[in-house]
Amino acid sequence: MRSFAQKALAVAAAVSAVASLTACGGSSAATDSGGKKITIGIKFDQPGLGFKQGSSYTGFDVDVARYVAKDLGYSDSQIVWKEAPSKQREALLQNGDVDMVVATYSITDKRKQVVDFAGPYFVAGQDLLVRANEKSIKGPNSLNGKNLCSVTGSTSAQTVKDHFANKVQLMEQTGYAECVTALISGTVDAVTTDDIILAGLASAKGGGNLKLVGKPFTQERYGIGVKKGDTAMVKKINAALKKMEADGSWQKDLASATKGTGYKPNSKYNPPTDFDAQSSSTDF
Amino acid sequence: MDDLLTLVGQYNVLGAFAVNIELTLWSGLFSLILGVVLVMMRISPIPSLRGFSSAYVELFKNMPLTIIMVLMVLAVFGQLKIQFSKTFSVNFFWLAVTGLTLYTAAFVCESLRSGINTVPLGQAEAARSLGLNFTQSATMIILPQAFRGAVAPLGNTFIALLKNSTVAAAASVSTETSSLMSTMIEYNANVIVTIFLIFAFGYVILIIPIGLLTTWLSNTLAVRR
Amino acid sequence: MNNGHDRGAAPIQSSAARRPRKDGQSASVLFDEPGPRARRLIAVGNTIGILVLLAVAAIVLMRLANPPQGQNQLSGALWGPAVSSEAWVDFYLPGLVNTVRAAVVAVVGAVLFGIIFGIGRLMPLWPVRWICSVVVEFCRAVPVLLFMIFFWRWFAALDMGDSASFYAVVVSLILYNGSVIAELVRSGVGNLPKGQREAAVALGMSPLRSLISVEVPQAIIAMLPAGVTQLVVVLKDTALGSIIMYTDLLQQARRLGSAHFNILQTLVVAAVVYFIICWLLSRLAEWLPEHMQRRTAEPAEPEAVAPIAILDPSNVNQIAVAREIEQQPLGGAPRQYHVHHRGTNASIHDWRRTRYVQGYDETHPESQAEIKPSGQGDDSGDDAGRGESR
Repeated sequence: MRSFAQKALAVAAAVSAVASLTACGGSSAATDSGGKKITIGIKFDQPGLGFKQGSSYTGFDVDVARYVAKDLGYSDSQIVWKEAPSKQREALLQNGDVDMVVATYSITDKRKQVVDFAGPYFVAGQDLLVRANEKSIKGPNSLNGKNLCSVTGSTSAQTVKDHFANKVQLMEQTGYAECVTALISGTVDAVTTDDIILAGLASAKGGGNLKLVGKPFTQERYGIGVKKGDTAMVKKINAALKKMEADGSWQKDLASATKGTGYKPNSKYNPPTDFDAQSSSTDF
Repeated sequence: MDDLLTLVGQYNVLGAFAVNIELTLWSGLFSLILGVVLVMMRISPIPSLRGFSSAYVELFKNMPLTIIMVLMVLAVFGQLKIQFSKTFSVNFFWLAVTGLTLYTAAFVCESLRSGINTVPLGQAEAARSLGLNFTQSATMIILPQAFRGAVAPLGNTFIALLKNSTVAAAASVSTETSSLMSTMIEYNANVIVTIFLIFAFGYVILIIPIGLLTTWLSNTLAVRR
Repeated sequence: MNNGHDRGAAPIQSSAARRPRKDGQSASVLFDEPGPRARRLIAVGNTIGILVLLAVAAIVLMRLANPPQGQNQLSGALWGPAVSSEAWVDFYLPGLVNTVRAAVVAVVGAVLFGIIFGIGRLMPLWPVRWICSVVVEFCRAVPVLLFMIFFWRWFAALDMGDSASFYAVVVSLILYNGSVIAELVRSGVGNLPKGQREAAVALGMSPLRSLISVEVPQAIIAMLPAGVTQLVVVLKDTALGSIIMYTDLLQQARRLGSAHFNILQTLVVAAVVYFIICWLLSRLAEWLPEHMQRRTAEPAEPEAVAPIAILDPSNVNQIAVAREIEQQPLGGAPRQYHVHHRGTNASIHDWRRTRYVQGYDETHPESQAEIKPSGQGDDSGDDAGRGESR
C-alpha cells in the first residue's frame, strides 16, 4: 500500500514538474534575468499595427511602444512583448502581467473605470474596407442590402446595423483575415472596423485589390493603457508621445506602417495634441 | 437566484439551446443517411466502393471538426459559392449542418459496422443460401439487425453530435449556446460561474434523457437469440 | 485481426484469419466471389466512379483557379507563402509545438484525473463514490468548448495572465477526457476475472489493497491503448483552443493567413498536418493492444464507455448478464442472450475494434469452438459472453 502511494506521489510530482516546465516554457524572460525589463502588451495578429512573425514584431503600435519604452529608459532588448487579445487587456493590466498595453486600445469611459490611459497617440475612426472596383458603397448608409463582415465579439458591425443601415446582413468571423478573404471572394461586400486596422489589412495585401472608403463615422481614440492609479507613468508616457510627434518619428512610423494603402489619418485629430485622455471615444 | 432569473430573462438562453437542438436533429438525420450509404459501400462486393468508404472515414475521423467548420464557410461557401440561402443566418446554419453531417457520418458508419459485427455469421449464410443477392441480404437481413445491435454506439454518436454542435460557432452561427455564453460572460463577468452552470446543466438535462432512451432502446431492440 | 477478438462476434465482413483466401479477393459471405462477368461490370463501375470523382475534382479545381470573383486560389502567390520555410519556422512549427504541448499535458493530466476518479468510483465509501460519479457524469455531459470559454474568461479574471488560454485548453481537456478515462478504469476493473480479486484476498490483502495493488494496475495497462486513442481525441480537440485565442497550429495558420491573405491555403496545410499526426496516432493505437496483451489477465483493449456512464448501455447489459447467471447457481441453464459491447464513445476509433458479443448461439459451431469447457460450470457472471475472447 505504502509503496503504491509513494509511486503514485512520485509520478504525480514528476508529471506536475513536467507540466509546469512546459507551461513556463512560453512566458519568457520576464523575471529570470536580473536586468531591468518592461513588459508591453500588443496585438500579435494585426498586420500594420501589431504583428508577430517568428521573433520579430512590426506595426505602428509596436513602433509607438518601442519609442515610449526607449524614452522611459528601456532598450529594445529590454522589452518583453506579450500578446494582449482584446478581451484580456484589462485583466492583463490589473494583474500586473504587463506594464502597459499598446493594442488598438480605445479610450472609453467604461474602461477608464478599471485602467488608466495615456495618450491618445492616435485617433482612428470606424470605416469600411471594400473591393477596389466597388462603386456603390460610399459610406455606412449605403450598406442596406449588402453583406458586412466583422470579427466575433466586436461591436462595430452592430453599430452600422443599429445606426446606419438596418437592412445590412452581418457575418461574424474569428479574425479579420477571414473577413478579408470573404471580401476578396465576394462573399461579403465590406469589412468594418477602425480605419487604421483596415489600412493595415489593405497594406498586407498590397496590389491595390482593396480600398478604404475613407469616411470614418466614429472616433476611436487609441490610448496606452496602464495600471489604474499609476499617474506618474501616464505623465511619462504622455511626455514621450509629445516628443515622438515633435521629432517626426510619429509621422515616419505611421507612414511606414500604412505604406501603399493611400491611407491618410484624419488630419483634424491627428497627430493628437491633447494628451489628457479625458474625452472618450464616441461610443455608440 | 435573482441573478439567474434576470440573466435567463435578459438573454434568449432557450432559443440558443433550440438552435443547437435543431442543428443536432438535422445533422443527425443526414449523417444517419450518409452513414448507412457509407457502411453499405464498406461491406459491398466492389473494392473501389470499399476503398472510398474507408478513405472517407479515415479522413473525417482524423480531422478536427473546427477546421471542417471553418472550411465550410471560407472554402465551400466563400470560394465554391455553394450557398443554401441568400440570408446569411440561414445559410450559415445549413453550412454548419453540412459540416456536422460530413464529420458525424464517419462515426455513424463505424457504429453501424460494429452493429454488423453483432449479426451472427449464420444470418448471412442463411440469406445467401436462400438465394438473396448482396443488396437483398444487406438491406433485408443484415442492416436491420445491425441497427438493433448498434443502438448504443449510435446513441453515443448522437450525444457527441449534440455536444459538437457548439462548434457551429466556428461556422459563423452566432445564435447557438457557446456564442451566447461568450456574450453573456462579456457583459456579466461578475457572475461568470452562474452563467457557465446555466449552460452546463442545460446540456446535462438534454443528455440524460438521450442516455436513458439509448439504454432502454438498446435493451428493447437487442435481438434475442 | 487483433488476436481474433471478433471471431466469436461472427464478422460478416473481413475474416481473413478464419477463411484463408487468395490475396486480393474479398472475404465475405455476403456475396459470391465475382465471376468474369461481375468482374467486368465492377471494372466498368470502377472506371465510371473514378471518372466521376475526377470530374468533380476537376470542377472544384477549376472553380478554385478561376473563381467568379477574387483571385486564383491555386496560384503560387498564395501557396508560396503558405508552404515556405519561413512559414514553417515562424508559424506552423511554433503552433504545432503549442498544440502538442497542450495535448501531452492534457493527456497526462487526464490519465491522472481518470485514475483518481476511476478508483474513487470503486471505493467502498459511498460518499466518495457518489461525489466521483457526479463529477465524472457532469464533465462528460458538458461540451468541451463551453468548458474552454468558461475557464478562459475565468482564468483571465484570476491572475493567470497570458497563459490563461493554455490552462483553459488543458483543464477543459483534462476534465472531459479524464472523466472518459475514469470510466475506462472503472469498467476495466469491473471486467477483470473474479479470480484476480479472490487470489488477492486469499493472499491476505484487504479488498481496498487488492483494488489498488492488483486490480487497478491491470486495468490501467489494459487501458493504455485507449489512452493513445484518447490522445487523438485530445489532439483534435486542441483545435478548439484557437476559438479562445490559444496559439495552437490552427491559430498560427490563421495568423500566417492574415499576413498574406492566403488563409485558405494555410488552413489546408494545417489540416494536412493534423490529419497526418492523428492518423499516425490511430495506427499506434491499433498496434499497441497486440503488444500489451501479455501484461494483463484480460485482453488489453479499450472498454465501453457511453457519454453517461451510469446509463451506459454496455454496463447495464453486463449487470443483466450477471444477474441472469446468478439466478442459475449451478450454471446449468443455457445463456439466453448476451449483449456485451466493448468500445468507447470517446472516439469512434474504438468502435472499429469494438467487440460485440451478442447472439451467443450454443449450437453454432463457430461459437462452440471458442468456448473453453472450464467456462461452463463457472458461476462468474462477468465471464459470460467473454469466454471466446481468451
